[in-house]
Amino acid sequence: MQPFSIWSLIRRGLTGQRGWPVQWRSPEPKAAYDAVIVGGGGHGLGTAYYLASEHRVTKVAVLEKGWIGGGNTGRNTTIIRSNYLFDESARLYDHALKRWEDLAQVLNYNVMFSPRGVMMLAHTVHDVQVSKRHVHANRAAGVDNEWLTPEEAKAFCPPLNIGDIRYPVLGAALQRRGGTARHDAVAWGYARAADALGVDIIENCEVTGIRRSPSGQVEGVQTSRGFIRAPRIGVAAAGHSSVIMGMAGVALPLESYPLQALVSEPVKPVFPCVVMSNTIHAYISQSDKGELVIGAGTDAYTSYTQRGGLHITSHALEAICELFPMFRRLKMLRCWGGVVDLSPDRSPIIAKTPVPGLYVNCGWGTGGFKATPGSAHVFAWTIARDEPHPLNAPFTLERFRDGTLIDEAAAAAVAH
Amino acid sequence: MLLIDCPYCGERPEPEFVYGGQAHVARPQDPQSRTLDEWSGYLYQRDNTRGVHAERWRHTHGCGRFFNALRDTTTDQFLATYKSGEPRPDPKARAR
Repeated sequence: MQPFSIWSLIRRGLTGQRGWPVQWRSPEPKAAYDAVIVGGGGHGLGTAYYLASEHRVTKVAVLEKGWIGGGNTGRNTTIIRSNYLFDESARLYDHALKRWEDLAQVLNYNVMFSPRGVMMLAHTVHDVQVSKRHVHANRAAGVDNEWLTPEEAKAFCPPLNIGDIRYPVLGAALQRRGGTARHDAVAWGYARAADALGVDIIENCEVTGIRRSPSGQVEGVQTSRGFIRAPRIGVAAAGHSSVIMGMAGVALPLESYPLQALVSEPVKPVFPCVVMSNTIHAYISQSDKGELVIGAGTDAYTSYTQRGGLHITSHALEAICELFPMFRRLKMLRCWGGVVDLSPDRSPIIAKTPVPGLYVNCGWGTGGFKATPGSAHVFAWTIARDEPHPLNAPFTLERFRDGTLIDEAAAAAVAH
Repeated sequence: MLLIDCPYCGERPEPEFVYGGQAHVARPQDPQSRTLDEWSGYLYQRDNTRGVHAERWRHTHGCGRFFNALRDTTTDQFLATYKSGEPRPDPKARAR
């Protein structure tokens, strides 16, 4: 791997940006690996990277049905925060947030992490109480979060309308360390760094079956490009986790829903932070290209279509136009959907499974992007050592049997 | 936005309806004697079908009644709707 540096940028700049080397190989799948990761999104690629870099497991393949980063990694609204209510969640997401802070240096790839602050609005008395509870819980857990009055919120985000609107802004919770990152760069950065350590990234390779020995242990995966032998299989397939795990006979407590997002035409920098509103349900930030990136809600029904109803996106836009009247004349450029895997308690599952050698990282629902580096890190640990990292130990499959839920669903209601 | 054929009221737009999740999930009989795994299955495990999915809908802003539907989750196309209590129809026979 040829490292990026200011000198390499200048040299290529002077020679017309020609001669950049290919950033990762496109190898043919080998017959056998020490570990296979199913799913070439941020979580899967990151897992392969940490397997190779921290656990010296380098005979690893990442199998991706389409192209890397083409699923939910390339479809989310890139919001990063760690202000979750429960200690288990706050620890896990803060583990990720701390890794975001030096990820560009670690990977030698600019993931454009921008801790510009994530502000979550409160519009009702109940919102205010819940938000303040979150602020106090976070501060007790060592995660930064602070309460802002409406005037302070307006000062932090001048386009915000705190005046006479249907659901007035009664305050906001602000996590200053939160922000955004470039989603594609996360996939590409992990792919490049993993490839440099010997990981094979195999695109256009759909897993069609999981073969198990008579004792139940996994033997490998059937794919559209042939059988690949592997004693350890890590599944990070987001909305398709139920389908993949079903091939090994493991039922998951997941349902897959479409979640939509959209971007506006690009404009000059006007929006300094990330604003989220759970109650009227919209979230918004501005990308470095200038587009406003807007998140809508999930559709009502399960689906694998990667598209949703127009009334869902228009509902989000109504909320945006109410909160930020200056955006009313903006045109929307594109909208799209992703398939998100919601767990009953809206917390992820990063765990061993009843099948020896099979590991799963799923249930991230509507908010997996923010966790990418932390999720990948503890999942690699889980696969390499056949036991969970202390941070993901509570995020088991068995919690849905034993009742030890991490019920962020009840805690946060909508957005994650 | 989906168009949903309520078996009582006919075709209506999706916002009149509320989704009710997977159909034909029966509450366990004799709850005292059920194991934790059986309760977990009833409460949390869902087929999450990629393909033809039997699911409940309620025509909340219409007749208010629950009914079941077959929908292909890879296209969102409805193959059939039928009243609660009726057996799951064969999608090929009812396709239109």
